[in-house]
Amino acid sequence: MSNWHKVCRLDEIPLRGSRVLPHEAGSIAVFRAADDHVFALRDACPHKGGPLSQGIVHGHRVTCPMHGWNVELDSGEACAPDHGCARRYATRVEGGEVWLEL
Amino acid sequence: MEKQKLVVVGNGMAGIRAVEELLKLAPDLYDITVFGAEPHGNYNRILLSPVLAGEMTLADIVLNDLDWYRNNGITLHAGKKVTKIDRVKRLVIADDLAVPYDRLLLATGSTPFILPVPGKDLPGVIAYRDIADTETMIAAAANHKHAVVIGAGLLGLEAANGLRLRGMDVTVVHLLDWIMERQLDQAGADMLQASLEAKGLKFLLGKQTEMLTAAPSGRVGAVRFKDGAEIPADLVVMAAGIRPNTALAESAGLYCNRGIVVTDTLQTYDPKIYAVGECAAHRGTAYGLVAPLFEQAKVCANHLAQHGIGRYQGSVTSTKLKVTGIDVFSAGNFTGGDGTEDIVLHDRNGGIYKRLVIEKDKLIGAVLYGDTADGGWYFQLLKEGRDIGAIRDHLMFGDAFANNHVGDVGHAGASQAAAMADTAEVCGCNGVCKGTIVKAIREHGLFTLDDVRKHTKASSSCGSCTGLVEQILASTVGGAYQAADRTTKPVCGCTDFNHNEVRQAVRSMKLLSLDAAFKALDWRTPDGCATCRPALNYYLISTWPHEAQDDPQSRFINERAHANIQKDGTYSVVPRMWGGLTTPDELRRIADVAEKYKVPTVKVTGGQRIDLLGIKKEDLPGVWQDLGMPSGHAYGKSIRTVKTCVGSEHCRFGTQKSMSMGVELEKMLFGMWSPHKVKLAVSGCPRNCAEAGIKDVGVIGVDSGWELYVAGNGGIKTEVAEFFCKVGTREEVLEYSAAFLQLYREEAWYLERTVHWVQRVGLDGIRSRIVDDAEQRKALHQRLLYALQGTVDPWAERTQGVARHEFAPLPAPIDINGERHVELA
Repeated sequence: MSNWHKVCRLDEIPLRGSRVLPHEAGSIAVFRAADDHVFALRDACPHKGGPLSQGIVHGHRVTCPMHGWNVELDSGEACAPDHGCARRYATRVEGGEVWLEL
Repeated sequence: MEKQKLVVVGNGMAGIRAVEELLKLAPDLYDITVFGAEPHGNYNRILLSPVLAGEMTLADIVLNDLDWYRNNGITLHAGKKVTKIDRVKRLVIADDLAVPYDRLLLATGSTPFILPVPGKDLPGVIAYRDIADTETMIAAAANHKHAVVIGAGLLGLEAANGLRLRGMDVTVVHLLDWIMERQLDQAGADMLQASLEAKGLKFLLGKQTEMLTAAPSGRVGAVRFKDGAEIPADLVVMAAGIRPNTALAESAGLYCNRGIVVTDTLQTYDPKIYAVGECAAHRGTAYGLVAPLFEQAKVCANHLAQHGIGRYQGSVTSTKLKVTGIDVFSAGNFTGGDGTEDIVLHDRNGGIYKRLVIEKDKLIGAVLYGDTADGGWYFQLLKEGRDIGAIRDHLMFGDAFANNHVGDVGHAGASQAAAMADTAEVCGCNGVCKGTIVKAIREHGLFTLDDVRKHTKASSSCGSCTGLVEQILASTVGGAYQAADRTTKPVCGCTDFNHNEVRQAVRSMKLLSLDAAFKALDWRTPDGCATCRPALNYYLISTWPHEAQDDPQSRFINERAHANIQKDGTYSVVPRMWGGLTTPDELRRIADVAEKYKVPTVKVTGGQRIDLLGIKKEDLPGVWQDLGMPSGHAYGKSIRTVKTCVGSEHCRFGTQKSMSMGVELEKMLFGMWSPHKVKLAVSGCPRNCAEAGIKDVGVIGVDSGWELYVAGNGGIKTEVAEFFCKVGTREEVLEYSAAFLQLYREEAWYLERTVHWVQRVGLDGIRSRIVDDAEQRKALHQRLLYALQGTVDPWAERTQGVARHEFAPLPAPIDINGERHVELA
């Protein structure tokens, strides 16, 4: 059975910004990059658990507001030289609606 | 598509540094082949002297081992000499190999200058250049007694010191009258010579070598001079200078003139061929020090990577002698001349000599002997061309004294870094100890402060340990380290423009949005990064108020959410209390809010107001609504508070009404964004209970009016504010304060506090534009008032629904059948 869920309209997420989706397994940060690509990561930096949703989005990366780690939005991997990974969720955008695989 | 082919001739520090920089920018662009004459990977040539002296091993100085080449897919031909370049067929020929190239990088370094005297080819006569020479010297020291080093430059002295430490009887022969004449004046050189003599070295100055004579064994046996004298020598080290190694380039028909002539993009006369390092002559100079080579490598890599940004414009260099226990530093023009002045400190018995050469209130050269702790600081002043007029009296006594530091929290002395234990904590913010930093520097081959910050986090938070980290870098990598030049440093990796250039472009090109700026300034990334976006956004809105677009997504979360994010992701709320004044009604509302939202911590701040900590983000608009007080901007690069004492309204000592003066100032500045946070204080008498001496603008009431102090700082480094001027009326307090802050807003770099801005540009210049120039002062004041016209309280706006998406979480998700799943949330 498919686990795809509709979470919001694309235009409800600010460009180069994010929204937070509360989730039983921990909040999910849903990002919208400048090129309208949408990504979803567990809203916890692999460093010390800072809320990635609150970071500055640039390219396909976000900078954690806590200690400045950069995290790749498509994989959840921390950028070198840091190591760590935030769980990622598959996303798709259809007809202006954002879907997540939960 | 087949990759292009890059061939690098030269496996030394410059060539491999260029390859490393290239791999960072474009890892997959080229198939890379490297030729090296020595049968090793790349090593830190500068540290051969400590190896010779027995303080380090060869393993310690390896920068890139053979695994590195393998892991990066680089073909290394170590120990193969390139004999020919065929520029028509684009082939590099070495012995039986012919390797084709699309781009060729020459980094052939230099060759030692060998005196053309009879006997120069005898066994036992060597130069000092590479690992093989070092090993020859170590072997000679084990079996022979007398060593003669010809040339008393940096390299010669280091060789002599090493040989002496290995037990040889060493004489240093020099053509000129004093040693290290290219780095030292005679007074400094004499002191250096005396302390080297105390270590057992002998010197023969003003001596010209005529010939080297053989011993019966066929090995070199003696050095004979023009004046007929002769001294025994079982080992002769020629250290009389280096020559750029241009033979290969010349044979290929490339234009050479004391080096392979290159442009600002490090291209030779054949645009497919680049040259970096000691072999290259840029604007007539071939550099023999490592820092310029790294700068060249960076620019060269950028062009090889086809980014095409960046020009190499030459380097200012400094030198340091690596003889343990002897500290020598020199930079710039240390001999002086017409129109220059000297400040000299000469303590012969104490073994300290310092000479600073000054021209028109700028430091242009420095020689330090015995105490070189401030070498880095002088070099920084020199490179940045800082106005030292204001600190001239104290300049000689160093950074800590001249700038009144409480010493980097006691981290001033350079010798401190070397003496520290590996377990000693260096960075108190991130808990990084010295051993961790040294290990990272060695393992990853780090050379810059930024590299160390990235790999260890040391000095990446508050920055107060920066000086210490720089010292550790300097003592670990030796002369390869040079302090970053802040004035020319690009804003971040997204651009080659520095803060000044970006500011100017925003103004002159009338850039009104981030996208316009990225486009006009050719930003490398499509939408910048977390470093440049907030800076650019500030430059736009401060330069073009009411016209430029403010982009919330380019602000740090605190300024976007108008509250301070805390370690657990909750926020803190600090409502504004004008001048630190409040009412029972406000206090009651604060108490009610604290109870209603179960605020875990209520704290009185240092800025005379109340902090509610631990508020959930989605509760923020409700909290603000219930408080009914304006934002305290305790979260922004903005006006924070105006702290006041009670003043003559109540105080029996007060001479002026400081509370109402503070309220007026705070109301004038409400909503002001600035390069960094701005704090003010107003005291009603010289007892100064509001602590105006450590504020960005401090106002102290006296009987006859008000004294204004500027550029104080109570934070990371306590800096006492400097007296700015005295004024008579309250209106003048407003006008002068506003003018100073507006100039700061218009000209300081993003994240530069007033104290650092004033130190950089000099207070005299600021004073002449504000205190001495009424017209300019009034214009600045008006510009600030215009910028702040119509400022609305961000909290009030948000309780009305502005930026609602910022605070509201998304509703529960809906599955493909249209069912909402609240249980998932």
